[in-house]
Amino acid sequence: MAELCTNSAEISLGKLFSAVLRRDLLLSFRRKSDLVNPLIFFVMVATLFPLGVSPEPNFLADVAPGVVWVAALLATLLSLDGIFRSDYEDGTLEQVILSPQPLMVVCLAKVMAHWMTTGLPLALMSPLLGVMLFLPVSAMFGMVVSLLIGTLVLSLIGAIGAGLTVGLKRGGVLISLLVLPLYIPVLIFGSGAVQAAVAGLPLEGYFALLGAMLALGMVLAPFAISASVRISVSG
Amino acid sequence: MAGSSWLPRWFYQLASPRWCYDITGKLLPSFFIAAILLLIVGVVWALAFAPPDYQQGNSFRIMYLHVPSAILAQSCYMLMAIAGVVGLIWKIKVADMVAYACAPIGASIAVMALATGAIWGKPTWGSWWVWDARLTSMLILLFLYMGVMALYAAMDNESMAAKAASVLSLVGLVNIPIIKYSVEWWNTLHQPATFTLTEKPAMPIEMWLPLLVMVVGFYCFFSVSLMLRLRNEIIRRERRSGWVRELVASK
Amino acid sequence: MQFETMSEFITMDGHGLYVWLSYGIGLSIIIGNLVLPLFKRKELIKSLARRLRRENNTQ
Repeated sequence: MAELCTNSAEISLGKLFSAVLRRDLLLSFRRKSDLVNPLIFFVMVATLFPLGVSPEPNFLADVAPGVVWVAALLATLLSLDGIFRSDYEDGTLEQVILSPQPLMVVCLAKVMAHWMTTGLPLALMSPLLGVMLFLPVSAMFGMVVSLLIGTLVLSLIGAIGAGLTVGLKRGGVLISLLVLPLYIPVLIFGSGAVQAAVAGLPLEGYFALLGAMLALGMVLAPFAISASVRISVSG
Repeated sequence: MAGSSWLPRWFYQLASPRWCYDITGKLLPSFFIAAILLLIVGVVWALAFAPPDYQQGNSFRIMYLHVPSAILAQSCYMLMAIAGVVGLIWKIKVADMVAYACAPIGASIAVMALATGAIWGKPTWGSWWVWDARLTSMLILLFLYMGVMALYAAMDNESMAAKAASVLSLVGLVNIPIIKYSVEWWNTLHQPATFTLTEKPAMPIEMWLPLLVMVVGFYCFFSVSLMLRLRNEIIRRERRSGWVRELVASK
Repeated sequence: MQFETMSEFITMDGHGLYVWLSYGIGLSIIIGNLVLPLFKRKELIKSLARRLRRENNTQ
């Protein structure tokens, strides 16, 4: 935090990035429930499908790619509000905006921290859901990799919505309205990758497309995130 | 203004709400007449005089509403995002108001494109809704409009809402090609584009001409509706200025 | 004119329901988009005039 508060603009961007990342990770590890809740939600949503539609293994294997991806998307959505909320409420965000350090780097670090605490564990936990939904073992690799790339894109896009709504008292529902339409391409290519993995088709094309979206998001989203945070905080 | 003198003078004049109010007041009647005339001619031509399609019969007459509304819904989003960017960069209040006025019109036009598309789908495809690429991306466009409108509604501070909505619509504008591409890749059942100005039309000229009339009529209607909403918004936000007080007192 | 009689024009070879339904929806959306702003303008000017009168009275 000392790096963040200093008034000299001399510290390097890498140092700033790692300082913010370390701070956010530390904060989320201190509040373990925030860390675990999206994961529990992820498993619960996936449980609802066999209960609500049909427990028949063939049917579940058919819908598993879509179910896993939709559940991951909703779990990410649920945790978005927390990216900036506590920093906004205790005034840290205002201090960060006033500091000479570039806001974009801080935002990118916060998004990375968010991904490490939601997207990464979701992707690592997805084989469990795969087993529950009778997804063939050969498709697990495709599912994990597509989730690893895809959830980072989801975090990047979602942070824009989180930044826009952080100044509002009840931003929760609004965030989903703003962000869900923007999630659709990721959902299409992500679940497409898993379906291709089930069918034994080559996956490189899907990973390339997801990677292209990730590259685009990495370059453009920080601008939008920092602009939206600035608008929400300083009006 | 020396640094940015490449912008024409009217651009800066448009930034003045009063000037904008006056000029739209002068333009409104002619656009209104043009819209009414074009739409009446287009509808009568489309319903009674255009030849029926040899495959779809008379149900293809829905196209004369569906295609113009689909085109208009997309260009309206474009205008909203561009106006938002102009408002963000040059801090022009009128541009913010244009963006604000675009959102409800665009959303209703998108609803119209979806409704006519669904009704057209029933006799053509046999079901009210088909998850084809164009209908789906139009649905997503409607969601984008709704997000922008929800953001406007959620924020009390007008200038903050305008900035936030511009950022959101700009993000949406960057996303629209990606959404379109991904949805098209995901499923294609629709026929290829029916209407382009640059290529030779695939349909006979007597079918294509009324469509052109309808498209132009829709654009005129859109400008009328936009100007009406814009003028309301100008009066509302400038209610404390002298000229609005005089205007109100004179009525 | 593509139709011989009025009833032919209305039924449109069995597609009348779809055609007229969509034209009805389209027309109502167009008219709504023109009429609603006009109503809103009337209301707005009325409320602004009321506010103006109130301010003049208090001074």
